[in-house]
Amino acid sequence: MEGTAQLKKNGKFMSLREAVSLIRDGDQVTLGGFTTNRNPMALCREMIRQAKKDIYLTVHSHGQGMELLIGAGCVSRVELAYGGVARFAPTGIRFRKAVCSGELQVEDYSNFHMILRFVAGAMGLPFIATTSGLETDIIKKMGFPEEIRGKGQVPRHKLKVMCNPWNEEAGDVVLLPPLNPDVALIHAQYVGEDGTARIQGLTFADLEEAKASKLVIVTCEEIVPTEFIRKDPDQNSLPHFLIDAIVRAPYGAHPTACHNFYDYDSKHLRVSAEMSKKDEDFQKYLDEWVYPFETQEEYLAKVGTEELLRIKANPAFGYAPGLDRR
Amino acid sequence: MGGYTSREIMSISAGRLVKDGDILFAGTGVSLLAATVAKRIHAPGSIVFFETGGIDPSLQEMPLSVADPRVMVGSSINSGLAESLSLLAHPKLRTIGFVGAAQIDRFGNINSTCLGDYCRPKNRFPGAGGACDAFSFAYGMVIFMTHEKRRFVEKLDYMSSPGWLTGGDARKRAGYRRGGPMAVVTNMAVMKFDETTREMYLAEYYPGVDPEKIRENTGFPIDISRAVPFTPPTDEELSTLREKVDPQRLILGAPAE
Repeated sequence: MEGTAQLKKNGKFMSLREAVSLIRDGDQVTLGGFTTNRNPMALCREMIRQAKKDIYLTVHSHGQGMELLIGAGCVSRVELAYGGVARFAPTGIRFRKAVCSGELQVEDYSNFHMILRFVAGAMGLPFIATTSGLETDIIKKMGFPEEIRGKGQVPRHKLKVMCNPWNEEAGDVVLLPPLNPDVALIHAQYVGEDGTARIQGLTFADLEEAKASKLVIVTCEEIVPTEFIRKDPDQNSLPHFLIDAIVRAPYGAHPTACHNFYDYDSKHLRVSAEMSKKDEDFQKYLDEWVYPFETQEEYLAKVGTEELLRIKANPAFGYAPGLDRR
Repeated sequence: MGGYTSREIMSISAGRLVKDGDILFAGTGVSLLAATVAKRIHAPGSIVFFETGGIDPSLQEMPLSVADPRVMVGSSINSGLAESLSLLAHPKLRTIGFVGAAQIDRFGNINSTCLGDYCRPKNRFPGAGGACDAFSFAYGMVIFMTHEKRRFVEKLDYMSSPGWLTGGDARKRAGYRRGGPMAVVTNMAVMKFDETTREMYLAEYYPGVDPEKIRENTGFPIDISRAVPFTPPTDEELSTLREKVDPQRLILGAPAE
Protein backbone atom coordinates (compact mmCIF):
# COMPACT_ATOMS: atom_id res chain seq x y z
CA MET A 1 0.00 0.00 0.00
CA GLU A 2 2.98 2.27 -0.62
CA GLY A 3 1.03 4.06 -3.38
CA THR A 4 -1.87 4.78 -1.07
CA ALA A 5 0.53 6.25 1.43
CA GLN A 6 1.87 8.46 -1.34
CA LEU A 7 -1.62 9.64 -2.24
CA LYS A 8 -2.35 10.41 1.36
CA LYS A 9 0.82 12.41 1.41
CA ASN A 10 -0.20 14.52 -1.57
CA GLY A 11 -3.40 15.19 0.32
CA LYS A 12 -5.94 14.06 -2.25
CA PHE A 13 -6.80 10.66 -0.88
CA MET A 14 -9.31 11.04 1.94
CA SER A 15 -12.45 9.76 3.63
CA LEU A 16 -15.98 10.54 2.47
CA ARG A 17 -16.37 12.79 5.47
CA GLU A 18 -13.20 14.76 4.74
CA ALA A 19 -14.04 15.13 1.05
CA VAL A 20 -17.58 16.35 1.64
CA SER A 21 -16.43 18.79 4.32
CA LEU A 22 -14.78 20.70 1.44
CA ILE A 23 -18.27 21.60 0.14
CA ARG A 24 -19.61 24.81 1.66
CA ASP A 25 -23.22 25.72 2.29
CA GLY A 26 -24.44 27.79 -0.64
CA ASP A 27 -21.98 26.26 -3.13
CA GLN A 28 -22.96 25.70 -6.73
CA VAL A 29 -22.61 21.96 -7.21
CA THR A 30 -22.83 19.79 -10.31
CA LEU A 31 -23.44 16.03 -10.26
CA GLY A 32 -21.96 13.44 -12.61
CA GLY A 33 -24.01 10.59 -14.04
CA PHE A 34 -27.49 10.57 -15.57
CA THR A 35 -30.88 9.57 -14.04
CA THR A 36 -30.13 5.98 -12.92
CA ASN A 37 -26.47 5.70 -13.87
CA ARG A 38 -23.25 6.55 -12.06
CA ASN A 39 -24.79 9.12 -9.71
CA PRO A 40 -22.27 10.09 -7.00
CA MET A 41 -24.52 8.52 -4.39
CA ALA A 42 -21.99 7.95 -1.60
CA LEU A 43 -21.12 11.67 -1.77
CA CYS A 44 -24.80 12.71 -1.86
CA ARG A 45 -25.55 10.60 1.23
CA GLU A 46 -22.60 12.14 3.05
CA MET A 47 -23.78 15.63 2.07
CA ILE A 48 -27.11 14.82 3.71
CA ARG A 49 -25.38 13.53 6.85
CA GLN A 50 -23.37 16.74 7.02
CA ALA A 51 -26.65 18.66 6.57
CA LYS A 52 -25.38 20.82 3.70
CA LYS A 53 -27.67 23.79 3.15
CA ASP A 54 -28.63 26.10 0.36
CA ILE A 55 -26.90 24.08 -2.36
CA TYR A 56 -27.33 25.45 -5.89
CA LEU A 57 -27.41 22.48 -8.27
CA THR A 58 -26.56 22.77 -11.95
CA VAL A 59 -27.28 19.53 -13.77
CA HIS A 60 -28.60 18.15 -17.06
CA SER A 61 -30.80 15.07 -16.43
CA HIS A 62 -30.92 14.00 -12.79
CA GLY A 63 -31.56 11.62 -11.07
CA GLN A 64 -31.51 9.61 -7.85
CA GLY A 65 -28.78 11.75 -6.29
CA MET A 66 -30.68 14.98 -6.90
CA GLU A 67 -33.86 13.41 -5.49
CA LEU A 68 -32.18 12.59 -2.19
CA LEU A 69 -30.45 15.96 -1.89
CA ILE A 70 -33.69 17.86 -2.62
CA GLY A 71 -35.77 15.60 -0.37
CA ALA A 72 -33.34 16.05 2.52
CA GLY A 73 -33.59 19.83 2.22
CA CYS A 74 -30.02 20.44 1.07
CA VAL A 75 -30.95 22.28 -2.14
CA SER A 76 -32.52 25.70 -2.57
CA ARG A 77 -31.94 26.35 -6.26
CA VAL A 78 -31.47 24.26 -9.38
CA GLU A 79 -30.74 24.79 -13.06
CA LEU A 80 -31.61 21.68 -15.00
CA ALA A 81 -32.99 20.11 -18.16
CA TYR A 82 -34.74 17.10 -16.65
CA GLY A 83 -35.64 15.88 -13.18
CA GLY A 84 -36.58 12.22 -13.05
CA VAL A 85 -35.42 8.74 -12.05
CA ALA A 86 -36.30 6.97 -15.32
CA ARG A 87 -39.16 4.50 -15.00
CA PHE A 88 -38.96 4.45 -11.21
CA ALA A 89 -40.08 8.08 -10.91
CA PRO A 90 -40.64 9.60 -14.38
CA THR A 91 -40.81 12.97 -12.65
CA GLY A 92 -38.64 13.11 -9.56
CA ILE A 93 -41.09 12.85 -6.68
CA ARG A 94 -39.20 15.03 -4.20
CA PHE A 95 -38.25 17.39 -7.05
CA ARG A 96 -41.94 17.82 -8.01
CA LYS A 97 -42.99 18.41 -4.40
CA ALA A 98 -40.26 20.96 -3.80
CA VAL A 99 -41.04 22.87 -7.02
CA CYS A 100 -44.81 22.91 -6.49
CA SER A 101 -44.50 24.01 -2.86
CA GLY A 102 -42.15 26.85 -3.84
CA GLU A 103 -39.29 25.56 -1.68
CA LEU A 104 -37.08 25.09 -4.70
CA GLN A 105 -36.23 27.75 -7.28
CA VAL A 106 -35.91 26.22 -10.73
CA GLU A 107 -34.68 27.41 -14.05
CA ASP A 108 -35.15 25.10 -17.06
CA TYR A 109 -32.79 24.59 -19.97
CA SER A 110 -32.42 21.71 -22.44
CA ASN A 111 -29.79 18.97 -22.18
CA PHE A 112 -27.85 20.46 -25.09
CA HIS A 113 -28.01 23.89 -23.44
CA MET A 114 -26.57 22.45 -20.23
CA ILE A 115 -23.75 20.51 -21.89
CA LEU A 116 -22.87 23.61 -23.95
CA ARG A 117 -22.76 25.69 -20.79
CA PHE A 118 -20.34 23.22 -19.17
CA VAL A 119 -18.25 23.19 -22.36
CA ALA A 120 -18.16 27.00 -22.31
CA GLY A 121 -17.14 26.96 -18.65
CA ALA A 122 -14.43 24.38 -19.30
CA MET A 123 -13.06 26.33 -22.28
CA GLY A 124 -13.21 29.72 -20.61
CA LEU A 125 -15.64 31.07 -23.21
CA PRO A 126 -17.64 34.19 -22.27
CA PHE A 127 -20.83 32.59 -23.65
CA ILE A 128 -21.85 29.97 -26.19
CA ALA A 129 -24.42 30.08 -28.99
CA THR A 130 -27.00 27.62 -30.31
CA THR A 131 -30.39 27.68 -32.02
CA SER A 132 -31.92 25.03 -29.76
CA GLY A 133 -35.17 26.15 -28.15
CA LEU A 134 -35.84 29.34 -30.16
CA GLU A 135 -39.37 30.66 -29.48
CA THR A 136 -40.01 28.17 -26.66
CA ASP A 137 -40.74 29.05 -23.03
CA ILE A 138 -37.25 27.87 -22.10
CA ILE A 139 -36.16 31.06 -23.84
CA LYS A 140 -39.08 33.22 -22.74
CA LYS A 141 -39.66 32.32 -19.09
CA MET A 142 -37.27 33.01 -16.23
CA GLY A 143 -37.47 30.86 -13.12
CA PHE A 144 -35.27 32.82 -10.71
CA PRO A 145 -36.47 36.09 -9.18
CA GLU A 146 -35.01 39.28 -10.66
CA GLU A 147 -33.45 40.35 -7.34
CA ILE A 148 -30.98 37.46 -7.31
CA ARG A 149 -29.84 38.00 -10.92
CA GLY A 150 -26.14 38.70 -11.26
CA LYS A 151 -25.50 37.83 -7.59
CA GLY A 152 -23.19 35.02 -6.57
CA GLN A 153 -23.22 32.33 -9.22
CA VAL A 154 -26.63 33.31 -10.66
CA PRO A 155 -26.10 34.52 -14.23
CA ARG A 156 -27.12 38.15 -14.93
CA HIS A 157 -29.34 36.84 -17.74
CA LYS A 158 -30.73 33.33 -18.05
CA LEU A 159 -29.81 33.65 -21.74
CA LYS A 160 -29.92 36.21 -24.52
CA VAL A 161 -31.42 36.02 -28.00
CA MET A 162 -29.79 37.95 -30.79
CA CYS A 163 -29.82 38.08 -34.57
CA ASN A 164 -27.27 35.75 -36.14
CA PRO A 165 -24.37 38.17 -36.79
CA TRP A 166 -23.05 36.09 -39.70
CA ASN A 167 -26.31 35.86 -41.59
CA GLU A 168 -29.19 38.13 -40.67
CA GLU A 169 -31.62 36.17 -42.82
CA ALA A 170 -30.89 32.95 -40.91
CA GLY A 171 -32.95 34.10 -37.93
CA ASP A 172 -31.96 34.35 -34.28
CA VAL A 173 -29.46 32.59 -32.07
CA VAL A 174 -29.53 31.87 -28.33
CA LEU A 175 -26.52 32.93 -26.25
CA LEU A 176 -26.02 30.88 -23.10
CA PRO A 177 -23.99 31.77 -19.99
CA PRO A 178 -21.08 29.46 -19.12
CA LEU A 179 -21.10 27.33 -15.99
CA ASN A 180 -18.20 27.20 -13.56
CA PRO A 181 -19.61 25.35 -10.54
CA ASP A 182 -17.84 25.54 -7.20
CA VAL A 183 -17.84 21.76 -6.96
CA ALA A 184 -18.22 18.75 -9.27
CA LEU A 185 -19.10 15.38 -7.72
CA ILE A 186 -18.11 12.47 -9.94
CA HIS A 187 -18.13 8.71 -9.51
CA ALA A 188 -15.58 6.86 -11.66
CA GLN A 189 -14.67 3.21 -12.07
CA TYR A 190 -10.94 3.72 -11.54
CA VAL A 191 -8.56 6.30 -10.16
CA GLY A 192 -4.81 5.75 -10.35
CA GLU A 193 -2.56 6.34 -7.37
CA ASP A 194 -1.38 9.42 -9.25
CA GLY A 195 -4.99 10.71 -9.28
CA THR A 196 -5.78 10.07 -12.96
CA ALA A 197 -9.45 9.08 -13.40
CA ARG A 198 -10.91 6.53 -15.79
CA ILE A 199 -14.64 6.44 -16.53
CA GLN A 200 -15.96 3.47 -18.45
CA GLY A 201 -19.14 3.30 -20.52
CA LEU A 202 -20.86 6.58 -21.32
CA THR A 203 -19.30 9.70 -19.84
CA PHE A 204 -22.56 11.76 -20.03
CA ALA A 205 -21.39 15.31 -19.16
CA ASP A 206 -18.95 14.28 -16.43
CA LEU A 207 -15.78 15.33 -18.20
CA GLU A 208 -17.06 18.78 -19.14
CA GLU A 209 -18.50 19.26 -15.64
CA ALA A 210 -15.18 18.33 -14.00
CA LYS A 211 -13.17 20.57 -16.33
CA ALA A 212 -15.52 23.51 -15.69
CA SER A 213 -15.56 23.22 -11.89
CA LYS A 214 -13.35 24.85 -9.30
CA LEU A 215 -13.21 21.82 -6.98
CA VAL A 216 -13.49 18.25 -8.23
CA ILE A 217 -14.32 15.38 -5.88
CA VAL A 218 -14.13 11.88 -7.33
CA THR A 219 -15.25 8.66 -5.71
CA CYS A 220 -14.21 5.41 -7.36
CA GLU A 221 -14.74 1.69 -7.34
CA GLU A 222 -11.00 0.93 -7.29
CA ILE A 223 -7.75 2.73 -6.77
CA VAL A 224 -5.15 1.21 -9.08
CA PRO A 225 -1.36 1.59 -9.36
CA THR A 226 -0.05 4.48 -11.45
CA GLU A 227 1.72 2.03 -13.80
CA PHE A 228 -1.61 0.28 -14.44
CA ILE A 229 -3.59 3.40 -15.34
CA ARG A 230 -0.73 4.89 -17.40
CA LYS A 231 -0.21 1.67 -19.38
CA ASP A 232 -3.33 2.51 -21.39
CA PRO A 233 -3.72 6.32 -21.31
CA ASP A 234 -6.14 6.27 -24.29
CA GLN A 235 -8.73 4.94 -21.86
CA ASN A 236 -8.26 7.69 -19.27
CA SER A 237 -10.81 10.44 -18.72
CA LEU A 238 -9.44 13.17 -16.46
CA PRO A 239 -5.86 14.19 -15.68
CA HIS A 240 -4.79 13.89 -12.06
CA PHE A 241 -4.11 17.59 -11.48
CA LEU A 242 -7.76 18.52 -12.13
CA ILE A 243 -8.94 16.32 -9.28
CA ASP A 244 -8.78 17.71 -5.76
CA ALA A 245 -10.19 14.92 -3.61
CA ILE A 246 -10.37 11.16 -4.14
CA VAL A 247 -12.35 8.67 -2.10
CA ARG A 248 -12.42 4.94 -2.64
CA ALA A 249 -16.12 4.04 -2.43
CA PRO A 250 -16.98 0.59 -3.77
CA TYR A 251 -20.56 0.49 -5.08
CA GLY A 252 -20.42 4.27 -4.61
CA ALA A 253 -23.14 4.83 -7.23
CA HIS A 254 -25.60 2.34 -5.68
CA PRO A 255 -28.60 2.15 -6.23
CA THR A 256 -27.72 3.62 -9.65
CA ALA A 257 -25.59 1.62 -12.07
CA CYS A 258 -21.85 1.64 -12.70
CA HIS A 259 -20.85 0.12 -16.04
CA ASN A 260 -18.70 -3.01 -15.73
CA PHE A 261 -19.21 -3.10 -11.95
CA TYR A 262 -22.95 -3.32 -11.20
CA ASP A 263 -26.41 -2.76 -12.59
CA TYR A 264 -29.01 -0.40 -11.17
CA ASP A 265 -30.80 -1.84 -8.16
CA SER A 266 -34.37 -1.71 -9.40
CA LYS A 267 -35.68 -3.16 -6.14
CA HIS A 268 -34.09 -0.37 -4.11
CA LEU A 269 -35.12 2.32 -6.62
CA ARG A 270 -38.71 1.12 -6.42
CA VAL A 271 -38.69 1.23 -2.62
CA SER A 272 -37.05 4.63 -2.63
CA ALA A 273 -39.64 6.03 -5.09
CA GLU A 274 -42.47 4.59 -3.01
CA MET A 275 -41.02 6.07 0.19
CA SER A 276 -40.62 9.47 -1.50
CA LYS A 277 -44.35 10.03 -1.85
CA LYS A 278 -45.06 11.04 1.75
CA ASP A 279 -42.83 13.30 3.82
CA GLU A 280 -42.87 10.98 6.83
CA ASP A 281 -41.98 7.97 4.68
CA PHE A 282 -39.14 9.86 3.06
CA GLN A 283 -37.83 10.74 6.51
CA LYS A 284 -37.95 7.01 7.30
CA TYR A 285 -35.99 6.31 4.12
CA LEU A 286 -33.26 8.74 5.24
CA ASP A 287 -33.29 7.27 8.74
CA GLU A 288 -32.92 3.79 7.32
CA TRP A 289 -30.58 4.31 4.34
CA VAL A 290 -28.60 7.52 4.87
CA TYR A 291 -28.12 8.75 8.45
CA PRO A 292 -26.91 5.62 10.26
CA PHE A 293 -23.78 5.02 8.18
CA GLU A 294 -20.51 6.81 8.54
CA THR A 295 -18.75 4.87 5.80
CA GLN A 296 -19.64 3.28 2.50
CA GLU A 297 -18.77 -0.14 3.96
CA GLU A 298 -21.44 0.23 6.65
CA TYR A 299 -23.97 1.22 4.00
CA LEU A 300 -23.07 -1.84 1.92
CA ALA A 301 -23.52 -4.11 4.91
CA LYS A 302 -27.07 -2.77 5.14
CA VAL A 303 -27.68 -3.36 1.39
CA GLY A 304 -26.49 -6.92 1.95
CA THR A 305 -24.40 -9.46 0.11
CA GLU A 306 -27.33 -11.05 -1.66
CA GLU A 307 -28.42 -7.79 -3.28
CA LEU A 308 -24.90 -6.75 -4.17
CA LEU A 309 -24.30 -10.08 -5.89
CA ARG A 310 -27.66 -9.90 -7.64
CA ILE A 311 -26.74 -6.64 -9.40
CA LYS A 312 -23.05 -7.43 -9.89
CA ALA A 313 -22.07 -6.92 -13.54
CA ASN A 314 -21.05 -9.81 -15.72
CA PRO A 315 -17.80 -8.73 -17.41
CA ALA A 316 -19.07 -9.95 -20.80
CA PHE A 317 -21.90 -7.41 -20.69
CA GLY A 318 -20.99 -4.71 -18.20
CA TYR A 319 -24.40 -5.20 -16.56
CA ALA A 320 -26.24 -8.08 -14.89
CA PRO A 321 -27.83 -10.06 -17.73
CA GLY A 322 -31.25 -11.50 -17.02
CA LEU A 323 -31.63 -9.37 -13.89
CA ASP A 324 -35.25 -9.05 -12.80
CA ARG A 325 -35.79 -5.33 -13.41
CA ARG A 326 -39.56 -5.12 -12.98
CA MET B 1 -58.96 -3.69 -29.05
CA GLY B 2 -58.66 -6.90 -31.04
CA GLY B 3 -55.94 -9.00 -29.47
CA TYR B 4 -53.34 -6.31 -28.84
CA THR B 5 -52.71 -3.54 -26.33
CA SER B 6 -52.41 0.23 -26.86
CA ARG B 7 -48.68 0.05 -26.35
CA GLU B 8 -48.37 -2.70 -28.92
CA ILE B 9 -50.29 -0.88 -31.63
CA MET B 10 -48.52 2.42 -30.84
CA SER B 11 -45.10 0.77 -31.14
CA ILE B 12 -46.03 -0.84 -34.44
CA SER B 13 -47.68 2.30 -35.75
CA ALA B 14 -44.65 4.49 -34.97
CA GLY B 15 -42.30 1.80 -36.25
CA ARG B 16 -43.97 1.97 -39.67
CA LEU B 17 -42.91 5.63 -39.96
CA VAL B 18 -39.24 4.60 -39.92
CA LYS B 19 -37.42 4.32 -43.26
CA ASP B 20 -34.48 2.02 -43.76
CA GLY B 21 -31.32 4.01 -43.08
CA ASP B 22 -32.94 6.46 -40.67
CA ILE B 23 -30.91 7.52 -37.66
CA LEU B 24 -33.25 7.16 -34.69
CA PHE B 25 -32.98 9.30 -31.59
CA ALA B 26 -34.82 7.16 -29.09
CA GLY B 27 -36.10 7.88 -25.67
CA THR B 28 -37.15 4.83 -23.75
CA GLY B 29 -40.50 3.20 -23.33
CA VAL B 30 -42.66 2.96 -26.43
CA SER B 31 -40.17 4.90 -28.56
CA LEU B 32 -37.55 2.22 -28.11
CA LEU B 33 -40.05 -0.52 -28.94
CA ALA B 34 -41.00 1.35 -32.13
CA ALA B 35 -37.39 1.78 -33.21
CA THR B 36 -36.48 -1.81 -32.44
CA VAL B 37 -39.50 -3.38 -34.12
CA ALA B 38 -38.84 -1.31 -37.26
CA LYS B 39 -35.19 -2.33 -37.27
CA ARG B 40 -36.10 -5.99 -37.02
CA ILE B 41 -38.75 -5.93 -39.74
CA HIS B 42 -38.50 -3.39 -42.53
CA ALA B 43 -35.65 -1.05 -41.63
CA PRO B 44 -32.64 -3.24 -40.76
CA GLY B 45 -30.28 -0.44 -41.82
CA SER B 46 -31.69 2.04 -39.35
CA ILE B 47 -29.55 3.02 -36.40
CA VAL B 48 -30.56 3.81 -32.84
CA PHE B 49 -28.69 6.30 -30.70
CA PHE B 50 -29.31 7.86 -27.31
CA GLU B 51 -28.84 11.39 -26.00
CA THR B 52 -26.67 9.99 -23.21
CA GLY B 53 -23.98 9.07 -25.74
CA GLY B 54 -24.67 5.43 -26.68
CA ILE B 55 -24.36 5.22 -30.47
CA ASP B 56 -25.74 2.10 -32.19
CA PRO B 57 -25.59 -0.34 -29.25
CA SER B 58 -26.47 -3.99 -29.76
CA LEU B 59 -29.51 -3.75 -27.41
CA GLN B 60 -29.49 -7.43 -26.54
CA GLU B 61 -31.64 -6.60 -23.54
CA MET B 62 -34.27 -3.86 -23.42
CA PRO B 63 -32.93 -0.72 -21.71
CA LEU B 64 -35.32 0.86 -19.22
CA SER B 65 -33.82 4.31 -19.55
CA VAL B 66 -31.51 6.19 -21.88
CA ALA B 67 -28.84 5.87 -19.19
CA ASP B 68 -29.27 2.10 -18.77
CA PRO B 69 -25.94 0.23 -18.98
CA ARG B 70 -27.65 -1.74 -21.77
CA VAL B 71 -27.17 1.24 -24.12
CA MET B 72 -23.39 1.01 -23.63
CA VAL B 73 -22.79 -2.51 -24.91
CA GLY B 74 -21.83 -3.59 -28.42
CA SER B 75 -22.03 0.06 -29.49
CA SER B 76 -20.23 1.61 -32.41
CA ILE B 77 -19.09 4.32 -30.01
CA ASN B 78 -19.74 5.16 -26.39
CA SER B 79 -19.60 8.90 -25.91
CA GLY B 80 -21.45 11.61 -23.99
CA LEU B 81 -24.13 14.27 -24.33
CA ALA B 82 -22.04 16.71 -26.38
CA GLU B 83 -21.17 14.17 -29.06
CA SER B 84 -24.57 12.54 -29.16
CA LEU B 85 -26.76 15.66 -29.25
CA SER B 86 -24.48 17.12 -31.94
CA LEU B 87 -25.45 14.30 -34.30
CA LEU B 88 -29.07 15.46 -34.36
CA ALA B 89 -28.42 18.39 -36.67
CA HIS B 90 -26.09 16.73 -39.17
CA PRO B 91 -27.46 17.61 -42.63
CA LYS B 92 -26.48 14.26 -44.16
CA LEU B 93 -28.40 12.27 -41.56
CA ARG B 94 -32.16 11.72 -41.63
CA THR B 95 -32.45 11.86 -37.86
CA ILE B 96 -35.86 11.02 -36.45
CA GLY B 97 -36.64 11.66 -32.79
CA PHE B 98 -39.26 9.80 -30.77
CA VAL B 99 -40.67 11.48 -27.66
CA GLY B 100 -43.69 11.61 -25.38
CA ALA B 101 -45.22 14.70 -23.78
CA ALA B 102 -47.77 15.91 -21.26
CA GLN B 103 -49.50 18.37 -23.61
CA ILE B 104 -49.50 19.05 -27.35
CA ASP B 105 -51.10 21.84 -29.39
CA ARG B 106 -52.43 21.87 -32.96
CA PHE B 107 -49.00 22.77 -34.38
CA GLY B 108 -47.22 19.94 -32.57
CA ASN B 109 -45.52 22.14 -29.98
CA ILE B 110 -45.18 20.22 -26.74
CA ASN B 111 -45.13 20.72 -23.00
CA SER B 112 -43.13 18.38 -20.79
CA THR B 113 -42.43 20.92 -18.05
CA CYS B 114 -45.39 22.05 -15.96
CA LEU B 115 -49.09 22.88 -15.54
CA GLY B 116 -50.10 26.30 -14.26
CA ASP B 117 -47.72 29.15 -13.58
CA TYR B 118 -44.09 28.25 -14.37
CA CYS B 119 -42.67 29.71 -11.15
CA ARG B 120 -45.34 28.16 -8.91
CA PRO B 121 -46.79 25.27 -10.93
CA LYS B 122 -49.83 23.17 -10.07
CA ASN B 123 -47.97 20.20 -11.39
CA ARG B 124 -44.43 19.68 -12.49
CA PHE B 125 -43.09 17.23 -15.10
CA PRO B 126 -39.46 16.29 -15.66
CA GLY B 127 -38.64 19.05 -18.17
CA ALA B 128 -37.44 19.30 -21.74
CA GLY B 129 -34.39 17.04 -21.38
CA GLY B 130 -32.99 16.36 -24.83
CA ALA B 131 -36.41 16.57 -26.50
CA CYS B 132 -36.14 20.32 -27.07
CA ASP B 133 -32.85 19.73 -28.87
CA ALA B 134 -34.33 16.93 -30.97
CA PHE B 135 -37.29 19.13 -31.94
CA SER B 136 -34.85 21.92 -32.79
CA PHE B 137 -32.35 19.92 -34.85
CA ALA B 138 -33.67 16.56 -36.05
CA TYR B 139 -34.97 15.92 -39.55
CA GLY B 140 -38.33 14.93 -38.10
CA MET B 141 -40.14 14.12 -34.85
CA VAL B 142 -42.67 11.47 -33.88
CA ILE B 143 -44.63 12.23 -30.73
CA PHE B 144 -46.39 9.67 -28.53
CA MET B 145 -49.53 10.84 -26.75
CA THR B 146 -52.44 9.40 -24.83
CA HIS B 147 -55.44 10.74 -26.73
CA GLU B 148 -57.22 12.91 -24.16
CA LYS B 149 -58.75 16.36 -24.37
CA ARG B 150 -56.62 17.63 -21.47
CA ARG B 151 -53.48 16.63 -23.39
CA PHE B 152 -54.47 17.91 -26.86
CA VAL B 153 -54.93 21.52 -25.86
CA GLU B 154 -55.70 24.85 -27.48
CA LYS B 155 -52.89 26.51 -25.53
CA LEU B 156 -49.92 24.88 -23.81
CA ASP B 157 -49.20 25.82 -20.20
CA TYR B 158 -45.49 25.88 -21.15
CA MET B 159 -43.80 25.28 -24.50
CA SER B 160 -40.85 23.01 -23.76
CA SER B 161 -40.03 21.99 -27.32
CA PRO B 162 -40.68 23.69 -30.67
CA GLY B 163 -43.07 22.01 -33.11
CA TRP B 164 -44.32 24.01 -36.08
CA LEU B 165 -44.63 27.03 -33.68
CA THR B 166 -47.51 29.17 -35.06
CA GLY B 167 -47.75 27.16 -38.29
CA GLY B 168 -46.91 27.92 -41.91
CA ASP B 169 -43.24 28.87 -42.25
CA ALA B 170 -42.91 30.05 -38.63
CA ARG B 171 -40.15 27.53 -37.89
CA LYS B 172 -37.99 28.77 -40.71
CA ARG B 173 -38.58 32.40 -39.77
CA ALA B 174 -37.60 31.65 -36.18
CA GLY B 175 -34.17 30.39 -37.24
CA TYR B 176 -34.64 26.62 -37.49
CA ARG B 177 -32.95 25.11 -40.51
CA ARG B 178 -35.05 21.98 -40.83
CA GLY B 179 -37.22 19.54 -38.92
CA GLY B 180 -40.60 19.71 -37.29
CA PRO B 181 -43.16 17.13 -36.13
CA MET B 182 -43.98 14.41 -38.68
CA ALA B 183 -46.67 12.54 -36.79
CA VAL B 184 -48.40 12.11 -33.46
CA VAL B 185 -48.98 8.48 -32.58
CA THR B 186 -51.75 8.00 -30.01
CA ASN B 187 -53.67 5.10 -28.53
CA MET B 188 -56.46 5.85 -31.06
CA ALA B 189 -54.87 7.19 -34.21
CA VAL B 190 -52.00 8.63 -36.21
CA MET B 191 -52.19 12.40 -36.66
CA LYS B 192 -50.13 14.26 -39.23
CA PHE B 193 -49.51 17.91 -40.13
CA ASP B 194 -50.74 19.77 -43.20
CA GLU B 195 -47.89 20.54 -45.61
CA THR B 196 -48.85 24.23 -45.87
CA THR B 197 -50.61 25.32 -42.70
CA ARG B 198 -48.75 22.79 -40.49
CA GLU B 199 -51.96 22.18 -38.58
CA MET B 200 -52.59 18.73 -37.15
CA TYR B 201 -55.15 16.50 -38.90
CA LEU B 202 -56.36 12.96 -38.43
CA ALA B 203 -54.47 10.74 -40.87
CA GLU B 204 -55.29 7.17 -39.80
CA TYR B 205 -57.59 5.74 -37.15
CA TYR B 206 -57.07 2.37 -35.52
CA PRO B 207 -59.48 -0.56 -35.97
CA GLY B 208 -62.60 -0.13 -33.84
CA VAL B 209 -62.05 3.61 -33.25
CA ASP B 210 -64.65 6.05 -34.62
CA PRO B 211 -63.06 9.25 -36.02
CA GLU B 212 -65.79 11.19 -34.20
CA LYS B 213 -64.44 9.83 -30.91
CA ILE B 214 -61.01 11.15 -31.83
CA ARG B 215 -62.53 14.56 -32.50
CA GLU B 216 -64.22 14.47 -29.09
CA ASN B 217 -60.94 13.65 -27.39
CA THR B 218 -59.02 16.44 -29.10
CA GLY B 219 -59.13 19.80 -27.34
CA PHE B 220 -58.94 21.87 -30.55
CA PRO B 221 -60.80 21.67 -33.88
CA ILE B 222 -59.39 18.82 -35.93
CA ASP B 223 -59.81 17.98 -39.60
CA ILE B 224 -60.96 14.36 -39.91
CA SER B 225 -61.92 14.55 -43.60
CA ARG B 226 -58.63 13.07 -44.80
CA ALA B 227 -58.68 10.11 -42.40
CA VAL B 228 -58.28 6.53 -43.60
CA PRO B 229 -58.39 3.28 -41.60
CA PHE B 230 -55.06 2.13 -40.17
CA THR B 231 -53.86 -1.22 -41.52
CA PRO B 232 -54.14 -3.52 -38.48
CA PRO B 233 -50.92 -4.89 -36.96
CA THR B 234 -49.73 -7.97 -38.82
CA ASP B 235 -48.88 -11.27 -37.17
CA GLU B 236 -45.22 -10.67 -38.04
CA GLU B 237 -45.24 -7.26 -36.38
CA LEU B 238 -46.93 -8.56 -33.25
CA SER B 239 -44.79 -11.66 -32.88
CA THR B 240 -41.55 -9.71 -33.47
CA LEU B 241 -42.55 -7.18 -30.85
CA ARG B 242 -43.61 -9.78 -28.29
CA GLU B 243 -41.03 -12.48 -28.85
CA LYS B 244 -37.90 -10.64 -29.97
CA VAL B 245 -38.12 -7.00 -28.93
CA ASP B 246 -39.54 -7.19 -25.40
CA PRO B 247 -40.02 -10.83 -24.40
CA GLN B 248 -40.01 -9.91 -20.69
CA ARG B 249 -42.72 -7.30 -21.41
CA LEU B 250 -40.68 -4.76 -19.41
CA ILE B 251 -42.12 -1.92 -21.47
CA LEU B 252 -45.08 -3.65 -23.11
CA GLY B 253 -46.65 -4.36 -19.73
CA ALA B 254 -49.56 -6.74 -19.29
CA PRO B 255 -50.68 -8.60 -22.43
CA ALA B 256 -54.13 -8.08 -23.99
CA GLU B 257 -57.04 -9.96 -22.44
